Amino acid sequence: MTVTEDAATLTPQSPEKEVGKARRRKEDARLITGRTTWTDNMVLPGMLHMSVVRSHVAHGKITNVDVSAALEAPGVVAVLTGRDLADEQGSIPCAWPVTADMVNPGHPSIAVEEVNHVGEAVAVIIARSRDAAADAIELVDVDYDLLPPVLDMEQAVGGEADLCHDHIDSNTAYHFVFDAGEAGTGADTEQAFADADVVVSRRFVNQRLIPAFMEPRSVVVQPQGENFTMWSATQIPHVLRVMLAMVTGIPEHKLRVVAPDVGGGFGGKLQVNPEEVLALLIARRLGKPVKWTETRSESLMTAHHGRDQIQYIDIASDREGNVKGLRCRILADMGAYLRLITPGVPALGAFMFPGIYKFPAYRFECDGIFTNKVPTDAYRGAGRPEATFAVERIMDELAVELGMDPLELRRRNWIRAEEFPFTTVAGLEYDSGDYDAATQQALDLIGYDELREEQRRRRESGDPVQLGIGFSTFTEMCGLAPSRVLGSLSYGAGGWEAASIRMLPTGKVEVVTGSTPHGQGHETAWSQLVADQLGVPFEDVEVLHGDTAVSPRGMDTYGSRSLVVGGTAVVKAADKVIAKARKVAAHLLEANEDDLDFSGGKFTVRGTPGTALSIQEIALAVFAAHDYPEDVEPSIDADATFDPVNFSFPHGTHICAMEVDTDTGFVKIRKYACVDDVGTIVNPLIVEGQVHGGLAQGIAQALYEEAVYDADGNLTTGTFVDYLVPSAADLPHFDTGNTVHVAPGNPIGAKGVGEAGCIASTPAVVNAALDAVRHLGVQDIRMPLTPERVWRAVHQGGDGGDRAAAPTNAQAVDSAGAPGTSSQGGDL
Amino acid sequence: MARVSMRVDGVTYTDEVEPRTLLVHHLREALGKVGTVVGCDTSNCGSCTVHLDGQAVKSCTVLAVQADGAEVTTIEGIAAPGGALHPVQKAFHEMHGLQCGFCTPGMIMASIDLLKDNPRPSEHEIREGIEGNLCRCTGYQNIVRAVQQAAGEMSGTTDTLGAQA
Repeated sequence: MTVTEDAATLTPQSPEKEVGKARRRKEDARLITGRTTWTDNMVLPGMLHMSVVRSHVAHGKITNVDVSAALEAPGVVAVLTGRDLADEQGSIPCAWPVTADMVNPGHPSIAVEEVNHVGEAVAVIIARSRDAAADAIELVDVDYDLLPPVLDMEQAVGGEADLCHDHIDSNTAYHFVFDAGEAGTGADTEQAFADADVVVSRRFVNQRLIPAFMEPRSVVVQPQGENFTMWSATQIPHVLRVMLAMVTGIPEHKLRVVAPDVGGGFGGKLQVNPEEVLALLIARRLGKPVKWTETRSESLMTAHHGRDQIQYIDIASDREGNVKGLRCRILADMGAYLRLITPGVPALGAFMFPGIYKFPAYRFECDGIFTNKVPTDAYRGAGRPEATFAVERIMDELAVELGMDPLELRRRNWIRAEEFPFTTVAGLEYDSGDYDAATQQALDLIGYDELREEQRRRRESGDPVQLGIGFSTFTEMCGLAPSRVLGSLSYGAGGWEAASIRMLPTGKVEVVTGSTPHGQGHETAWSQLVADQLGVPFEDVEVLHGDTAVSPRGMDTYGSRSLVVGGTAVVKAADKVIAKARKVAAHLLEANEDDLDFSGGKFTVRGTPGTALSIQEIALAVFAAHDYPEDVEPSIDADATFDPVNFSFPHGTHICAMEVDTDTGFVKIRKYACVDDVGTIVNPLIVEGQVHGGLAQGIAQALYEEAVYDADGNLTTGTFVDYLVPSAADLPHFDTGNTVHVAPGNPIGAKGVGEAGCIASTPAVVNAALDAVRHLGVQDIRMPLTPERVWRAVHQGGDGGDRAAAPTNAQAVDSAGAPGTSSQGGDL
Repeated sequence: MARVSMRVDGVTYTDEVEPRTLLVHHLREALGKVGTVVGCDTSNCGSCTVHLDGQAVKSCTVLAVQADGAEVTTIEGIAAPGGALHPVQKAFHEMHGLQCGFCTPGMIMASIDLLKDNPRPSEHEIREGIEGNLCRCTGYQNIVRAVQQAAGEMSGTTDTLGAQA
């Protein structure tokens, strides 16, 4: 399985290397002309439409579901409740029991007896048209006995807390601990804090976000006798197929899952969705194709959310600014249920809180908490943005406490270039990099000295618009993941990736990848890799993906793993193709294999000019199969599976210059510069695009986005009117650059880029805003930095306050007796 | 039901529609114009942008009956199949102005409309001009570059803005 021991550097075979070229994307042709295959485009003969009746209460017992009126509605074919599906629906799977005693309350796709968050399915309508299915939703009457909703994590772990699930003992799903002293990777943390000159403690709120992919989720299921084909807007067709087989009992080999064109995911489509299970069960029951496509409001309310941690962070240091210890206690909101990797997200972050710094001691504790909200799960960065935010914020707080320049404090403590590979206090081996070089380049890019000078001028003149500069010198963990490491963390699967290369008779090449793209440009980048390896034209390569019948093995796309793991599998498969072709070439050229050179797609006999046979000619020769060696098969096709031995660790320095209007609280990014080291760059256009997109989402966490629930558990940011996905006018121009330190763990040398911008940018932006107003006594501002919060922090003190509002569902208050959580409101 | 007749991407279609039918649903479900997509339900995202008698509209905020007698152009109608791409389409490809591509039809249709009103927009004017269209992938920078590039090509001046510039 692990084939890295003989990993050579990527060898360019053609005269002009494809790797490193800003190739325009192959994918674009269909996307810019509207010739796309989004799941919702699909229409099948006899297809029925599914809509979902959803709970409008956060917590309650279902006492009655009356579907009689809906059944009489025009076009309605069937109406099913949880009771109708209880015996066959199983539980939405959770693949990551992070501790041996983790409590999983079970996750029905449709509620049977109890609802645990607003938006949970309580009935489904099947109708002849989309409109008929939507119209009948309001004809279903559901009665509830209301229960008090659990919404605030700090209250949920308190003494007299109401329970989110009454069949389990507490609101705590698990208690996960990593202690470097106990693990043997660091010193005793308590002793380190006892001995320290300076200890700084902070409570940070890493707010709940919504992935908000642009294409709403959609699923179509076609039954064919005992076989089923599902098309779904998913990141994970392979994982989904296995999980659906386990959940529904439909044999895996009778199930085919296809991810056609998929419009973004960002972790939000890394899920086994209740609606996917329901569409499959109903297609089986009715024997007809079934389609479900969500509305945007449905998506925001019921697709999984991300982040949502309260972080208590302590840092210890001596007076000179040498860090001595880091202690993190995290409350992580699971929401009402555990979905695919809900509990694993904070655990994945556990190893990244030390960042790039040489902490001698480290302790991490995390409680996964149930609340009556939609479950959280992967969102771009998944655990690492939370960790990076905490460490980059607390480093600034320590710098303020010590009266040191924040960059000087970082420089004093970060791993130096000559110390790689470096084993951290969390036990990870960072592979390569140069934090000094990236930082210097970023300082030059942003024009640091001029900005500091302007900041000084504005301070001195008492300008109402103050300027701040914020840093984030980050690293992250990519290339998910070494299977053995995942096993040691109790994850339910491996982290390998598969690829096949099929050499067609005309010399064209089909590359099958198990890594399923949804906007990342795999078709282009994989073509570049294969063109270099096989010496064939870029245009002669077709990349196939996203269909379990075409690409039978795969682990799909998340965790910045595609190029690092999936791309390496492609390179390994190409190596095997060349090895097989070599035998045929030796036979046809009547030469010894050892005397053959392979370059630019051609085999030549060393010392015999004029002899040449291209790999594309060999493809035709083995298709005809008239003349090939006795001891080989007539094919040069090959498969490979790659399992990395380590993660890869991109790093970089992000600098934000921020204007804060102290009169209005309005913040504006004046300049943003970042230098990222993502190892070898296969396509600079795609890499830069990934950085831009990540920056947009990371900045949006700092400035714009927050999923807010009211005191009844209603999502008050349930549309794009209220949940502020930034527009072009809300974001600045980004100045980006790169340093390149090749990743030693894979032959491409790539480290992964999909999440870097999102992980790095959030603390840089918040640190910049605070740097602008520190001298006014501001110590923290809660994200997102809305003008109201900034104004309150500047003029009233505190961190700007909570946005959760008073109850909006009067019925919940009146008839539930005592929901008991009204204290959450009223901060503003 | 109401009878509506409209010319869409050069072809005249006459259909019976429910009066409440949105133009985008009529385009997608009755006419098979699935290049135009639905991204939200509050007219915020702009994914469904088409041209109605030459003006960009969000086709989720127009009833099909309001388009009776109108000329509608969708992303599928701005370049003939196999023919040359529209300069804005070409620029989105050249400048890597798309990733997943879901917002792209609407973004291209909005950008064409912007350039019709303002053939040489500044970066600020482009950002303000397309703020009714949301993209979750690109961070907009390469979309801005694409619109600048298309503006140069459409106004006949050579723009040398490289994607890596």
